Amino acid sequence: MSMKRTLFLILPAVLFISIFMLIPLMIALVYSFMTSDSYGGVTAPATFDAYIQLLYQQDFDGSLIFSTDYLFIILRSIELAVATTLLCLIIGLPVAWHIVCQNASRRKFLLFLVTMPFWINTLIRTYCWVLILRDQGLINMTLRNLGLIMDPLPLLYNDGSILLGLVYTFVPFMVLPIYSTLERVDTRLIEAAHDLYAGRWQVFRRVIWPLAKPGIVAGSILIFAPALGSFLAPDLLGGGKKLLIGSLIQMQFTSSRNWAFGSALAVLVTATVILTLIISSRRNKVGEVRI
Amino acid sequence: MIEVRHVSKVFTTMDIGTVTALAEVSLTINDNEFFTLLGPSGCGKTTLLRLIGGFETPSTGEIRIDGVDVAGLPPHKRRVNTVFQSYALFPHLTIAQNIAFGLEMLKWSKADIDVRVKEMLALVRLEGYGERNAAQLSGGQQQRVALARALAPRPSVLLLDEPLSALDLKLRKGMQVELKRLQRETGITFVLVTHDQEEALAMSDRIAVMSAGHVLQIGRPEDIYDDPNCCFVADFIGEANLIPGALLGRANVNIVTIRPERVTVGPGDAPAARIAGTVAEVTFIGPDTLYDIGLKDGTRMRARVRGDRGRFHAEEPVTVHWPDEAERELAS
Ligand SMILES: Nc1ncnc2c1ncn2[C@@H]1O[C@H](COP(=O)(O)OP(=O)(O)O)[C@@H](O)[C@H]1O
Ligand SMILES: [Mg+2]
Repeated sequence: MSMKRTLFLILPAVLFISIFMLIPLMIALVYSFMTSDSYGGVTAPATFDAYIQLLYQQDFDGSLIFSTDYLFIILRSIELAVATTLLCLIIGLPVAWHIVCQNASRRKFLLFLVTMPFWINTLIRTYCWVLILRDQGLINMTLRNLGLIMDPLPLLYNDGSILLGLVYTFVPFMVLPIYSTLERVDTRLIEAAHDLYAGRWQVFRRVIWPLAKPGIVAGSILIFAPALGSFLAPDLLGGGKKLLIGSLIQMQFTSSRNWAFGSALAVLVTATVILTLIISSRRNKVGEVRI
Repeated sequence: MIEVRHVSKVFTTMDIGTVTALAEVSLTINDNEFFTLLGPSGCGKTTLLRLIGGFETPSTGEIRIDGVDVAGLPPHKRRVNTVFQSYALFPHLTIAQNIAFGLEMLKWSKADIDVRVKEMLALVRLEGYGERNAAQLSGGQQQRVALARALAPRPSVLLLDEPLSALDLKLRKGMQVELKRLQRETGITFVLVTHDQEEALAMSDRIAVMSAGHVLQIGRPEDIYDDPNCCFVADFIGEANLIPGALLGRANVNIVTIRPERVTVGPGDAPAARIAGTVAEVTFIGPDTLYDIGLKDGTRMRARVRGDRGRFHAEEPVTVHWPDEAERELAS
């Protein structure tokens, strides 16, 4: 294919990414170096204040004190995103494998089930979990009516419920890419491994895992990035008790009216994701799978 | 030694219902033997091989390998290795890693594995290919890697499912010789599955001819060729004339079979003829001439006459002759 033609064909993708990603990102970057207007938006002059605010708190007399509050929020968010990704992997890999092992019509049906949540708005789906988990919710009421508990179990508004909401939202993004890589794997490779004295665990470790790896990497990226910035599940299921970076950013643009700080946080999250992507793509070059 | 005793295999599928892939199959495969399962597509060859390998379990019957009943033993606990029809090389591993796979699973030491991998690469004449990827090799080379990988752990039996069917004719002939050599050099029992009767005749110590889930005849290639026990075997192995006994004046004989090369053709008025007919077609193919002869009830007979140079012409009345020892009377 000629160079000209190649350029022409990738043009829509380039335009799309520029308009919906690069330009907003540039705006955020610029805003993060401005001064916040207390009515929303930003004004001159340009400063580093927003970035300074990440690490220092302003005392009453105007002097700066080192503070780890925001760092902890960021760390906790990363922790939660990693946990979400790992849990999605632990659930998604066996599910994908199970689907691959079915016959064609059952595969279609199971894949349909996996994609069904996409038909309903995430906000509604997440809110449903509140109805299920709250003190007067489905689980607690059932258990109480069965006489198994006296007081309701604290199922809502903790790290566990946030994690549950995130995993619930993102698990299809792990199942689908792993399914699509495993689908192309010749099942005779599994038989060949068994034939060559590999037990079930060895077959998994030596054949299924390496062959599923491109899908695992893709799924992890698809989940880690949005999980890091998500605010829906933390807000609804975490009750906003412990701040996470997604909610923090959202607050800066709404109630706090600190657009510059919000932009700085957004830039930080984006930088973290891009860095993770670069590192993971470097590492995966080494054991790259040819298909 | 592999003993297959009264083994049946019935598959139940949602769309077709039940399929009897094997019906009461019994056979014994000896040590160091090159044994071939021969039959048309769908007769149950692969199923029998997969039962021996442990990938399927028999519906009824018993399979013993070296005297041990292998019922319930999974494939990785049987000293049997398989060369798959599609080779099934691991795409994420190099050639050397593919060959080492079974050895690693058997917990050989690193040093032993290295030595063995080199040895196997030399055995299949792929020295220097160890670091390549499977996708970089030709079909014939991949085939040899699959052989090396299956032979490396020194199995007591090697199962080969149509190993040559994906290769072109010239390569196939070469690999036939190669397989024969590998079997001789390793002393391992080979069980080969094929639908190609020439391949079976050329390579095997013994052949089991299968049809529709049954084993019809087991024997050395020459015995099966010379002494088929039914019409199917006679017709499937080489070429055969199948003549109704009634046509030869033998009322109590169902079918008489004679190989075309044992038949001679004489002029229409020749004495002591077996039967008379009319030449339907003459084909000159170099050393031999093929005659298609129409018998009186419409049965076609074929004669392959050496050095005849087309003595008879189409529509000419002829007589057909053969010695007594060339014919076999078949009940079915
Ligand atoms: N897993 C299976 N499920 C259902 N039917 C099968 C299965 N495997 C084989 N069969 C059927 O069993 C019969 C024998 O198949 P197979 O052993 O593959 O024959 P061959 O190898 O001689 O061509 C065929 O009718 C085939 O359709
Ligand atoms: Mg087959």
